[in-house]
Amino acid sequence: MKTNQVKNKKGIILRLFKDILEFYPVMLPVVIVCILFNAVISSIPAVFMQNIIAIVEKSWQSGDWNAVKENILYLVFILGIFYILSLVSGIIYNQMMAFITQGTLKKFRVKMFNNMQTLPIKYVDTNNHGDIMSYYTNDIDTLRQMISQSFPQLLVSSVVVITVFGIMIYFCIWLTLVVILGVIAMLFVTKRVGGGSAKYFIRQQKALGHMEGFAEEMMNGQKVIKVFCHEEESKKDFDKINESLFNDSREANRYANILGPILNNIGNVLYVFVAITGGILLITNAPNFSLSGLAMGISIVVPFLNMTKQFVGNINQVSHQINAVVMGIAGAQRIYDLIDEEPEQDNGYVTLVNVREENGQLIECKERTGIWAWKHPHSSDGSVTYTKLAGDVRLFNVDFEYEPGKTVLHDVSLYAKPGQKVAFVGATGAGKTTITNLLNRFYDIADGKIRYDGININKIKKADLRRAIGMVLQDTNLFTGTVMDNIRYGKLDATDDECIAAAKLVGADDFISRLPDGYYTMITENGANLSQGQRQLISIARAAVADPPVMILDEATSSIDTRTEAIVQRGMDALMEDRTVFVIAHRLSTVKNSDVIIVLDHGRIIERGNHEELLAKKGQYYQLYTGAFELE
Amino acid sequence: MVNEIKGGCDLNTIIKYGIILIILAFLSLTFGGVAGSTSATAACGFAKNLRKDMFYSIQNYSFENIDKFLTSSLITRMTTDVTNVQNAYMMLIRVAVRAPLMLVFAFVMAFVMGGRMAWIFLVVVPILAIGLGIIIYKTFPLFKKVFTKYDALNKSIQENIKGMRVVKSFVREDYEKKKFEAAAQDVYADFTRAERILALTGPLMQFCMYVVMIFVLSFGSYTIITSRGLDFDIGQFSAILTYNFMILVSLMMLSMVFVMITLAAESAKRIVEVINEKSTLTNPENPVYTVKDGSISFENVSFKYSKKAERMVLANINLQIRSGETIGIIGGTGSSKSSLIQLIPRLYDATEGTVKVGGVDVRNYDLEALRNQVAVVLQKNVLFSGTIKENLRWGNKDASDEELVEACRLACADEFINQFPNGYDTYVEQGGANLSGGQKQRLCIARALLKKPKILILDDSTSAVDTRTDAKIRKALREYMPETTKIIIAQRTASVEDADRIIVMDRGSINGIGIHKQLLAENAIYREIYYSQNKAGDQSEN
Ligand SMILES: Nc1ncnc2c1ncn2[C@@H]1O[C@H](COP(=O)(O)OP(=O)(O)OP(=O)(O)O)[C@@H](O)[C@H]1O
Ligand SMILES: Nc1ncnc2c1ncn2[C@@H]1O[C@H](COP(=O)(O)OP(=O)(O)OP(=O)(O)O)[C@@H](O)[C@H]1O
Ligand SMILES: [Mg+2]
Repeated sequence: MKTNQVKNKKGIILRLFKDILEFYPVMLPVVIVCILFNAVISSIPAVFMQNIIAIVEKSWQSGDWNAVKENILYLVFILGIFYILSLVSGIIYNQMMAFITQGTLKKFRVKMFNNMQTLPIKYVDTNNHGDIMSYYTNDIDTLRQMISQSFPQLLVSSVVVITVFGIMIYFCIWLTLVVILGVIAMLFVTKRVGGGSAKYFIRQQKALGHMEGFAEEMMNGQKVIKVFCHEEESKKDFDKINESLFNDSREANRYANILGPILNNIGNVLYVFVAITGGILLITNAPNFSLSGLAMGISIVVPFLNMTKQFVGNINQVSHQINAVVMGIAGAQRIYDLIDEEPEQDNGYVTLVNVREENGQLIECKERTGIWAWKHPHSSDGSVTYTKLAGDVRLFNVDFEYEPGKTVLHDVSLYAKPGQKVAFVGATGAGKTTITNLLNRFYDIADGKIRYDGININKIKKADLRRAIGMVLQDTNLFTGTVMDNIRYGKLDATDDECIAAAKLVGADDFISRLPDGYYTMITENGANLSQGQRQLISIARAAVADPPVMILDEATSSIDTRTEAIVQRGMDALMEDRTVFVIAHRLSTVKNSDVIIVLDHGRIIERGNHEELLAKKGQYYQLYTGAFELE
Repeated sequence: MVNEIKGGCDLNTIIKYGIILIILAFLSLTFGGVAGSTSATAACGFAKNLRKDMFYSIQNYSFENIDKFLTSSLITRMTTDVTNVQNAYMMLIRVAVRAPLMLVFAFVMAFVMGGRMAWIFLVVVPILAIGLGIIIYKTFPLFKKVFTKYDALNKSIQENIKGMRVVKSFVREDYEKKKFEAAAQDVYADFTRAERILALTGPLMQFCMYVVMIFVLSFGSYTIITSRGLDFDIGQFSAILTYNFMILVSLMMLSMVFVMITLAAESAKRIVEVINEKSTLTNPENPVYTVKDGSISFENVSFKYSKKAERMVLANINLQIRSGETIGIIGGTGSSKSSLIQLIPRLYDATEGTVKVGGVDVRNYDLEALRNQVAVVLQKNVLFSGTIKENLRWGNKDASDEELVEACRLACADEFINQFPNGYDTYVEQGGANLSGGQKQRLCIARALLKKPKILILDDSTSAVDTRTDAKIRKALREYMPETTKIIIAQRTASVEDADRIIVMDRGSINGIGIHKQLLAENAIYREIYYSQNKAGDQSEN
């Protein structure tokens, strides 16, 4: 249904207009009035000018200034007033248009961004990042000209056209019929040519997205390009994309540019036909048929021709805006695509609340108590139960596949009790990261159950579930801002001291204080000016400051040296005492002291136990642990 | 024709004029069509060339240049800025010839036909010029500022796309929304301010013309009447009014162009900045094209990333590596391991001292020739959207399928690729989003192996690979590429243990070099790392 709505061109214009009206419920009508007022006011001074000239023409030979002085100055005075009105209304509407144009762009940006935040992970995994960015750049750009220039022009022209049309009917319906024929011809051509233009503009916007996607990806991997001397290759690829973008946008503009002259000349031809028809009507003395009931005569044909001229002139004005309008529609279409993109589903109703403990009872309260509980409303009897947040995680017979037919996890069952440290090891691609993706519901399981503190995680609101699980991801992502800002991301109201304490806890303080501006060193481009291990340390500190009941460390220390890692571990152990920790690591020294080590292979759990038990078993873990020596 | 109809209504005459008009219409259609189509080609072609020049220029950037520009900013320049310039250009070719011609013509005619009265223009024009000057003066810095903010806005969009997992796992959606809204508001505020000033252009021009009109109408009629048409006659009177109107129309057209150009000027400046940025690394005059062998030597090398930095990242490194040797590098986080190896393929130039490959200073090589012989698997590696095959062919675009499989087998990537339903044609999403960490790393290694280099550098490239696979990869490298000099950076001692020599890095300098046994005996740092990873736990327990 949504796509139908989007594909329909008229629907888009209407929706766009409705949205702008919603953004500016007062200003937009005022602007419309101002624009029309301005158009009317600006056309009046010509009348006064004619009058003045007429007076001068009549009396210049007399040489008597005083006789006409009053009359002329009066007219000039009125003229001046109209000029002032025209200037004032012009300034007002131009100023307001500046607000409306930029404001609309801003609101659309925000709308897109807000919806983007709700989309599932899969969306960014499967879409080119630059292509998504293109919505915010190329597509938003198309709206600018359409709103600021085409919209006022179209408004004025359409009002003029409608008024003129009404007067035409008033004068003579026969001649109006000729004009209607012309209008039909214009509409037909507009549909044909304009349709072609629209098609290509949509392709142009897509091609722009493609280009931006390619460029973004290449620039992100620019260092890899350098290392592989891939410059020429990527230039060639870019040329191809650029060329097809050029073709699309040339076609689009060409259609639009041709439409203008065609409409103009249909207008000219129309003018001729009106003149001829008028002549025939005059000669044959045909009876007039009009609202005014005036008889056919020269006094009808001549003004009618003038009106036709005005009619055509306005259509000419409109045709200048065709590019902008059609392109704007193409852009709007894509913008609405992103706004309408289906958000991540969340049917959870169990929420995380602060509680107070009073003689064994959990009482919900507003203030931060440091004790959290799951608030579980039961729809059957309307009662509410509270379960204290503990961090007990259990998986029952979980199956999962990213793409149909390619099962990644088979029948995985495991439990982690509060205070336990659970480690996942196993060959790469065994499905370790996947398990963590399921725990915080980046992806939903196909079969089986996952329970958090005894509650099926499908019932928990996603935001609350994720708040209850801290994560350090395998791929480090830092944001533009200072080191301090990045650490504080884990807990927005953390004080500087808390952030520094967290950094100290995980052993990041040492290198941070050696940075040029210490904690206030700016991080840009995902930490390009830091070493890989330093980036990982910051992301660990970020998770530490959040202080969650369950923590997942996915290869969090893979690029960190052992000495620092030992500090990280000590810190984490202290922080997560009595809480649940999941660790994924290939360096077995990282996982050795875990309470439970789970060995995964091709999505199945094949061994579990602690370090000594697994070594004694002489199975897969033993092999992994000693593998290097065995090969020799 | 109107006159014809007014005069008498001879249908034949009307039809005659009609036919002439229709023919004219067709001519105008043809010319209009051709002009429209040509101008479309011209404007789009112009945009195409701008994008191309920018992209080409960026491809030639060195690492240092890349560090200097934000990718989001480069991208804004290739999109929004090009669009701005393209629009201005389109507008220019449409009216730039016509409007000024009309303007000049109208001015001249006003002076010729309008006589004395035309001097009023000399009063008005300076006012207009000053007004426009003020507008430019006010808006220019605003535009400059707003584009930087616009870059930042795009930066935050890009970061939110890439870091979506982080945003979601910390439940920071609302926080990000608020931040974005504030940034968008910032851009909006500045843009609106600039546009509001620009929006005064039209009224300013109108005002000037209105002043002229009122002056001519009042003072003109006075002069005519008092002088009885001697000083100023009625013909001149209406002529000057007509030409004034023409001037007004062409000024309005020019004001639109003016607005667009003001906006485009800043954009153009930003585009030119990208195109004119010269790579900090250039090929020497008479470059050496062949790399003799895989030997490497560092002679008193010191290095820092920016000239302004106080501390050297690498200090006084001296190192000789023989061709075919396997070197392991181990060391603390931030001890400049990555920085060290980036000097070998001349990704950066050493600040002091010389780096030699095959006995020749790297600065004397042709860059491409050098980099083709020195394959680096970067620590922060990137896979590109496309099939696995396409990604592998980065290493060697002419590689046969057998060579691809062979390289993947060496890198232990073959096993998992074969498990994918589409095998080597499996589509890799941007950044390898649909692969596991270890799978990505092994593909990156395979990609580098396809180059068949004389020197192979693995910068922490097996951190997400399990120990057994890691050992298998190293064994394969040893057996199949014995002549290649191999440099392996790792955090696991197991990964470097069997190297011919191990370098221990500490805070930007070499702390110790030697074979495993020797370092174990002599080097405190190495010993500590080794025991913490391997034996310490076991010894106490066993
Ligand atoms: N987003 C995704 N879409 C499709 N397939 C995926 C996606 N993410 C991972 N996979 C596939 O699922 C399998 C398991 O991947 P996972 O990331 O869980 O492995 P892992 O055990 O964490 O490996 P590593 O130790 O290398 O990080 C792999 O075969 C991988 O190709
Ligand atoms: N592009 C850059 N610009 C400025 N400083 C940088 C840049 N890259 C790295 N640095 C700094 O140089 C130092 C050495 O970094 P390098 O990446 O060489 O360390 P490393 O030994 O590879 O560390 P790791 O084991 O964490 O990868 C660090 O302090 C880092 O902050
Ligand atoms: Mg490094």
